[in-house]
Amino acid sequence: MRLAILGAGDVGRSVADLAGEYGHEVVALADSTSAAIDPDGIGVEAALERKAGDEALGTADPEDVLETEYDVLVEATPTTLGDAEPGFSHVRRALEADRHAVLANKGPVAERYEELRALEADSAGSIRFEATVGGAIPVLSTIEDCTPQSVTAVRGVLNGTANFILTRMAAEGLDYEHVLAEAQDLGVAEADPTFDVDGTDAALKFVILANVLADGGFALEDAAVEGIQSIPGSALDLAAEDGRTIRLIGEATRDGVRVGPRLVPENGALAVTGTRNIVQIETRNAGSLHSSGRGAGGPETATAVLSDVGRLPPL
Amino acid sequence: MGDAPDSDADEPDAETDGGVRAYTVRLELVDEPGELLRALAPVADNGGNLLSIHHQRGNITPRGHIPVEVDLECPPDRFDDIVDALRDAGVNVIQAGEEHYGEEVSVVLVGNLVETDLSNTLSRIEDEADAVVQDLSLAAPEGTDGISSARARLAIDSGRSEEALAAIRSIGSDKELTVVEPLLGGEA
Repeated sequence: MRLAILGAGDVGRSVADLAGEYGHEVVALADSTSAAIDPDGIGVEAALERKAGDEALGTADPEDVLETEYDVLVEATPTTLGDAEPGFSHVRRALEADRHAVLANKGPVAERYEELRALEADSAGSIRFEATVGGAIPVLSTIEDCTPQSVTAVRGVLNGTANFILTRMAAEGLDYEHVLAEAQDLGVAEADPTFDVDGTDAALKFVILANVLADGGFALEDAAVEGIQSIPGSALDLAAEDGRTIRLIGEATRDGVRVGPRLVPENGALAVTGTRNIVQIETRNAGSLHSSGRGAGGPETATAVLSDVGRLPPL
Repeated sequence: MGDAPDSDADEPDAETDGGVRAYTVRLELVDEPGELLRALAPVADNGGNLLSIHHQRGNITPRGHIPVEVDLECPPDRFDDIVDALRDAGVNVIQAGEEHYGEEVSVVLVGNLVETDLSNTLSRIEDEADAVVQDLSLAAPEGTDGISSARARLAIDSGRSEEALAAIRSIGSDKELTVVEPLLGGEA
């Protein structure tokens, strides 16, 4: 497949870097200011070196990426809320041109799911978005294999930053502010960690899951979301006395989405430690399935994008 | 169609030799005259034979209820009917036979617990969530006028946990407390 990659953050760059290994060709790679475009395949390594050296990715205009000949648009621009632009329009243009789109950007699938599916229905192309939920962990493809109708609920930990903070608070008896500063020093938390600690990032992922289970109907505003900012070390201590701990847990069912700090058994499956993520898929006929792994990171998330590309039908 | 034999044959027959077995049922009764008699009527009405009653008056629950332990005997296939009849009559069945009917959940509350009157919070939980506070641990590292945490272990009637937790959530939002609920459902 010929890939046009929009977004040259960790995920976009890793997709470009690994595409060859998965048997695909990169015909365009763009960030918000410049683009490398070549219908015969761009020189990925050179483009990434330019990007690493703070130079322009290439000499082309990012606006021209979707004018080139490609099979799959990889939408890896930063997640935006509300109208989910410009990601949504990128995907719309790809589908209207009868191309496939694979998203790593959560915005369009969380906020405008029904519109995306309507565009897909009128297109020869299709959309996939495994990378939007749980990074490297195969969550959506597992649900697809079980069939969404037979999945009753998905629960779990889908934000590594919040999980890291809660794990450290429990282990060291430290307070939130202290551990957050440590996480920022380690690069686990961003300079502005708001969306990770207030539950928004996890909520977007569980909204996407609810949309898959119910075939649409949910957006971020439909989710009940609470963050971990108000959890003191003493709450984790009390939980531990009772053989429990606190994790930022999300739940998606056909009836709704809820994300918040919850008590879980300290040695239970959902109490993963550090930045690890886990999902529990509750099925009608097969009990609970658990998948755990790295929920973020460039190469990790890129593998989910490239697996999606591999699942696409030929155009 | 229509003349196929009834396939009840593969249903294991509960009626064996007409024997009876002994069961223990634990109830919680409101401390009012006539309550014990009212609670025991469904046992006899459904074919149970009362063996003994331990009325633990000295052992009142935090909600002011009296625990009562009832030993009875009945044919095994009648036992579920007796328990159902008790519950239909509004009797709080805590335990029946081997099965615990009460669910136990823990919640952690965080906030200005002392300033927002912890004892009022707990009695509201007992009233509004219809739960029994079985024990409470408090951690107030910043002193009583700062942010503190409390873990409460609650007994709730079976099948009512979701409702009870929703009530606790609403008490929490009234008092600006963070409520950390247990994750129910699934194999956590």
